[in-house]
Amino acid sequence: MGSIYGLTALGLTIIFGVLKVINFAHGSLLMVGMYVAYWAIVFTGLHPYISLIIVVPVMYFFGFYLQDIVIKPIFKAEKDVREPITVIIVTTGVWYILDNLTLLIFGPQYRGIQDNPLRGKMIEFGEMMISVPKLWGFVAAVITAAAVYWFFQKTRMGRAIRATSLDREAASLMGINQFKVYNVAFGIGTATAGIAAVTLVPFYNIFPTVGVLFDIKGFIIVVLGGLGSIGGAILGGIIIGLIESIGPQFMTATWTEAIVYGLFLLVLFVKPSGLFGVKYDW
Amino acid sequence: MSFLEVKNIDVCYGDVQVIFGLSLKIAEGEVVSIIGGNGAGKSTLLKTISGLMQPAKGEIFFQGNSIQTAPPEEIVECGVIQIPEGRRLFALMSVKDNLIVGAYNSRADQHMNSTIEEVYTLFPLLRERESQLAMTLSGGEQQMVAIGRGLMARPKLLMLDEPSLGLAPILIKDIFQTVRKIADQGTTVLLVEQDVKHSLSLSDRGYVLEHGRIAMEGPAKDLLDDPHIKTAYLGL
Repeated sequence: MGSIYGLTALGLTIIFGVLKVINFAHGSLLMVGMYVAYWAIVFTGLHPYISLIIVVPVMYFFGFYLQDIVIKPIFKAEKDVREPITVIIVTTGVWYILDNLTLLIFGPQYRGIQDNPLRGKMIEFGEMMISVPKLWGFVAAVITAAAVYWFFQKTRMGRAIRATSLDREAASLMGINQFKVYNVAFGIGTATAGIAAVTLVPFYNIFPTVGVLFDIKGFIIVVLGGLGSIGGAILGGIIIGLIESIGPQFMTATWTEAIVYGLFLLVLFVKPSGLFGVKYDW
Repeated sequence: MSFLEVKNIDVCYGDVQVIFGLSLKIAEGEVVSIIGGNGAGKSTLLKTISGLMQPAKGEIFFQGNSIQTAPPEEIVECGVIQIPEGRRLFALMSVKDNLIVGAYNSRADQHMNSTIEEVYTLFPLLRERESQLAMTLSGGEQQMVAIGRGLMARPKLLMLDEPSLGLAPILIKDIFQTVRKIADQGTTVLLVEQDVKHSLSLSDRGYVLEHGRIAMEGPAKDLLDDPHIKTAYLGL
């Protein structure tokens, strides 16, 4: 479960790091990803994980054009502001619209995949029982994080994205089209939400407001791991996930929330830039 | 036809006008200095040429093409490169990545490997430091990276905004020598400076900017000997 949080947070941290905007619609993007995965699996009868080849490109372009068509005009109007708050409000609007559109089109019922090859599958690992889809979720999270990291370090576009995130104006003096970079970064962030969605679908119900649960956790993890830190997002997600799954063995499950938020506060007090954050003025 | 021609531009920040009917011309291969005090509009002029700001009135031509409404990335693609004031490196990226980002435009991208060698020949120190984060360098080294990053874009016209800012006098000398070297290799240079003596002595021509208007212009030597310049800028 922690790795799914991590993947959600990864997308959020990419978008925040580059656009300097908290994407309140991120949970809704995850929800959209889950519906895309659900219908892809239902219509094609593919193995849930194979649906990645459909979900990832669909989500990438969904994010790309969402930024290009909906968010970019607001950015242009506010281009002199470093952390444009109006854009945050726009993402909140996108959140409500996406959630309610889904409600309108698909109805409020909970859906799950029928004849799911992964349902309830466990492997024994010594004393522990590990859920197979969650294990795959972990693998997916690590691979995705590594791929994103490689992309940012080694490719031309990746370097341009990093440069833009550090200094927009200097980056445009290097000939980098700021808005193209934003589109791509938003696309990548949305695609990682798509990956999270695919790994979530085999063991989680799909309903229009499913994103909210992951939204708040995502924000906490992003801050906990350090804003803009890829490794921090994944590790932060795993920490929160571990607390949530181990906690209930020792106490009432509702108390784990208190521990999560307590840890969050503690980190903010001790190291405000987050566990892996660099002390740098965003 | 001149290389760069700025024709009668007005530039405003919101309601505040900072440049008034300014015109200037630069020929290919020249080194031109623009000097003037704080708030004279020097940096604004460069930002307007490189497309970060748009003139309210007037036109800018580069090699005969009108560029005053083009976005910065298209102007970079034409070969007009600005090295911004205060260096503005990508602090959390390595020196080498900073240089590589400089070659982002499609014209420079194809020659990236050979250009990076040229930059390393010009600044041997950067080769040693290539994997260090840009933020860990000293001011002088950062200025080298900033100039190197500008050269990576293979400029036809290189515009430097106060390269001497915040550097020790001995480093300033080095930086100006490097600028001269770049110009001798055939790049046209537009230099904006407060360090009047150094910048004029390496330039062919100069413009004096005061309150957003061109107050004087002429060959750099004549400006250096001018009594007004001597009293106002050199304190002699």
